[in-house]
Amino acid sequence: MANPGGGAVCNGNLHNHGKQSDGSPSGNCVKNGIVKEAQQNGRPHFYDKPIVESFEEAPLHVMVFTYLGYGLGTLFGYLRDFLRSCGIEKCNAAIEREEQKDFVPLYQNFENFYTRNLYMRIRDNWNRPICSAPGSRFDVMERVSDDYNWTFRFTGRVIKDVINMGSYNFLGLAASYDESMRTVKDVLEEYGLGVASTRHEMGTLDKHEELENLVAKFLNVEAAMVFGMGFATNSMNIPALVGKGCLILSDELNHASLVLGARLSGATIRIFKHNNMQSLEKLLRDAVIYGQPRIRRAWKKILILVEGIYSMEGSIVHLPQIVALKKKYKAYLYIDEAHSIGSVGPTGRGVVEFFGLDPRDVDVLMGTFTKSFGAAGGYIAGRKDLVDYLRAHSHSAVYATSMSPPVAEQIIRSMKFIMGLDGTTQGLQRVRQLAKNTRYFRQRLNEMGFIIYGNEESPVIPLLLYMPAKVAAFARHLLNRKIGVVVVGFPATPLAEARARFCVSAAHTREMLDMVLENLDEMGDLLQLKYSRHRKSARPELYDETSFELDD
Amino acid sequence: MATAAEQWVLVEMVQALYEAPAYHLILEGILILWIIRLLFSKTYKLQERSDLTVKEKEELIEEWQPEPLVPPISKDHPALNYNVVSGPPSHNIVVNGKKCVNFASFNFLGLLDNPRVKAAALASLKKYGVGTCGPRGFYGTFDVHLDLEDRLAKFMKTEEAIIYSYGFATIASAIPAYSKRGDIVFVDRAACFAIQKGLQASRSDIKLFQHNDMADLERLLKEQEMEDQKNPRKARVTRRFIVVEGLYMNTGTICPLPELVKLKYKYKARIFLEESLSFGVLGEHGRGVTEHFGISIDDIDLISANMENSLASIGGFCCGRSFVIDHQRLSGQGYCFSASLPPLLAAAAIEALNIMEENPGIFLVLKEKCARIHKALQGISGLKVVGESLSPAFHLQLTDSTGSRDKDVKLLQEIVNHCMDRSIALTQARYLEKEEKCLPPPRRRTGESRAHDQGGGPGCAALGRVLGPGGRLPRGTRTGLWSLPCDLGEACVYLQGGHRAAWVWTAPNHEEDAGYF
Repeated sequence: MANPGGGAVCNGNLHNHGKQSDGSPSGNCVKNGIVKEAQQNGRPHFYDKPIVESFEEAPLHVMVFTYLGYGLGTLFGYLRDFLRSCGIEKCNAAIEREEQKDFVPLYQNFENFYTRNLYMRIRDNWNRPICSAPGSRFDVMERVSDDYNWTFRFTGRVIKDVINMGSYNFLGLAASYDESMRTVKDVLEEYGLGVASTRHEMGTLDKHEELENLVAKFLNVEAAMVFGMGFATNSMNIPALVGKGCLILSDELNHASLVLGARLSGATIRIFKHNNMQSLEKLLRDAVIYGQPRIRRAWKKILILVEGIYSMEGSIVHLPQIVALKKKYKAYLYIDEAHSIGSVGPTGRGVVEFFGLDPRDVDVLMGTFTKSFGAAGGYIAGRKDLVDYLRAHSHSAVYATSMSPPVAEQIIRSMKFIMGLDGTTQGLQRVRQLAKNTRYFRQRLNEMGFIIYGNEESPVIPLLLYMPAKVAAFARHLLNRKIGVVVVGFPATPLAEARARFCVSAAHTREMLDMVLENLDEMGDLLQLKYSRHRKSARPELYDETSFELDD
Repeated sequence: MATAAEQWVLVEMVQALYEAPAYHLILEGILILWIIRLLFSKTYKLQERSDLTVKEKEELIEEWQPEPLVPPISKDHPALNYNVVSGPPSHNIVVNGKKCVNFASFNFLGLLDNPRVKAAALASLKKYGVGTCGPRGFYGTFDVHLDLEDRLAKFMKTEEAIIYSYGFATIASAIPAYSKRGDIVFVDRAACFAIQKGLQASRSDIKLFQHNDMADLERLLKEQEMEDQKNPRKARVTRRFIVVEGLYMNTGTICPLPELVKLKYKYKARIFLEESLSFGVLGEHGRGVTEHFGISIDDIDLISANMENSLASIGGFCCGRSFVIDHQRLSGQGYCFSASLPPLLAAAAIEALNIMEENPGIFLVLKEKCARIHKALQGISGLKVVGESLSPAFHLQLTDSTGSRDKDVKLLQEIVNHCMDRSIALTQARYLEKEEKCLPPPRRRTGESRAHDQGGGPGCAALGRVLGPGGRLPRGTRTGLWSLPCDLGEACVYLQGGHRAAWVWTAPNHEEDAGYF
């Protein structure tokens, strides 16, 4: 389970790429053929480095203890539920109104068991309120609980200058006001905040048009359309693209918004294993050959849904292979670049640029402005007919309020900054700094012996903790040391794969990263987190053997 | 003991074997062999499913041609030529380069360009920047969000409020957080699109009742009660919800809340109330339809509204008792999996709430203006106003449909354009016709309620009549509108097709079906 990518293929690819760069012939013909084909199409900057992506499996004893931990927690949960029902332990949960006691219960009891008995114990590690911009450092409001996390009380104190390893502030563009944000201020003062109408009615502002043209230019595509919320961009546009009689092939680790959009569309959904090209190809082949089940008609169209960077795994989509597959089987490709836009690629144009592909190879380019651009909202970009169709049929364009003008201006400002349209090269420097920070941070964590997941170029870095008790200890200890980290567990991850997730930012200085790493090193020893059996010594040439060490 | 007995049985069996006749043994042997054969042979033949050869498969793959990702769309589709507003979308707007008075936005309280709101947002921008860079769970919770939730809960006099970063996602996330597969939702046929999407995501059983028809709702509830009596085990775990809107976005009518509350307790169904249009509009203090009817807010299980109309910000909120609302913090998809609301928008909403609390008179002003416009809009031949007089969104409808939806839309567009020429910005209510009909057809068709032919022939004649007063009308009301003491209260005048397609299934040969009007 520790290898959601399905080790064989993932690593098959890795070997393959590795071998290719060595110039030796490879036995794995399908993948290799695809790679070659992509190269022959005359793309100069084809990503020629090996894709180094690791999903190391945990040692057996760790797994045993992890499940044991959950078992104990569950056991105590039952005990405490029993005590609560006897009235021995006070139940702090909110209860139903007296008048509505005879209604059908709003929640099923077991639904809340996990929340009440496991999540509640460590709830203080989430939803921590902050009271400053989510820059490289932020201020956390101190809160305490007098009733074991059922309620929180603010002490009024502020934990100042906590190093922020949790926000998706990849390029450091979310920061408190400075002179570079003057245009945002101007727009705010001129336009106000709301729009109070939809795009179709009276809510299309000149700002929106300006932004859409800029996004299209940034991505080097024909047209783009922007939406007020990233989540809704997926969930409200996928239904406009596919419907009954269509097939959606979705990666198993896709974000909830993609899953919701796929469900709302009414199309048939089939899931392929995470980043597993064999699994995808099999589904594609079967779909084209056998058509729809029962009625035996051919599918109207097939849409592949993938993400650029997977937010919980830190892996990067194997785009060249997917593009080759999609071309071979005439499927359409929808790629969600929520985390990858701005954060990967030599000039921050996302995974398409990262792999040196042509944006026209991807049918639907979707992304959000929340992360790299320090704003909010999402876009869909691609060919003009696609965008025109969405303008007419997107649920969001017809029924949802358009984007707030100052938010649009922030995106415009950020995008111009990254593109160098502000007359400086600072944007490009940020992109490079991010790549540098990412590599440094990943390399050091690897050396320390932590199990970290994902692609070595991905700024989203999951560090595996496994045991639920360690999740809480890890986050609390680090906050005491003024480091804010995100920890995630079930249900966002598989039950036994709780993890911490770091988001490296270009705004992190080397000192900050070193301080975090130093603390992580201590924490790793204190909590026994250094599970990796492939501990590497510090050496400059890191990439030589890694691909061979990945699968066990 | 047991072993001795077993041994004795064994011995007996062996003895019996010796004594058995040969034919018996042979027969048994054959039977045993037969059983073994049955066990190891396939029970059915796969001959008719002869597998495709690799070559055939390749041919099939070669042969298959998918439909284009998107069908071509004509260049003159209204959506491609939408109005572009340059500059702020407030009272006076510049639409397509032309200065107009804005009757087309939901900026009911005129807070969109309020200097106090802007100042509050600016202060927030200086402190927090724009984006939050994370969902609420992962350092996306700012003190401003907590303040806003607190303020909303206090304003609405409920225990708790929860904010979403997008108005549309609010009710669309809230419904599936509670109502699951197998649960039953009774919903008004005129419910807005966000509710429809929420219901679709919940995968619950959906029962539509006629718009604002409590008898019809009761009939459905009774039917369900009978059903429940047949299967009490299932009924014990089947949650029942009634989803209604305070002021209907699609019709401008108010839901009969007192009757709904009665039905709620009688049939034990929870009420979810969508108040996007009524929040900040109805009631003495703008608390919405509960205040309007004087109903205790505790009788409503969940109230959801967006902050994009009256509050003139972005986002939405749900409020109610903690027992209900808190559940969304882990189960509301649009809450958990989306970046949180930019703090400057939250700060603007807080300031807008301050203004609402400080000047409760604005709601009275708004109400008066609504009544005045409603009256002024009466008696235009060819057009009629539907909805309540205190609804700030007016739906103008053709009294006599031209017979086809397309023609009606064109006619209305001409009216809108004509008004635009006279510096009055109106808009047609836009719908996704195909999507709106996605739900199962209603049981009862109400095509009979279509308005009678009163104003002469359809088409150009009606248009001609409209044009005369149409030019005068909003201007006349405008003087009344702006001469009022406070600079508040823009009504959104909607022009709307003679037949509303929302959830009304129209048969192909009966397109002029006027729905429930």
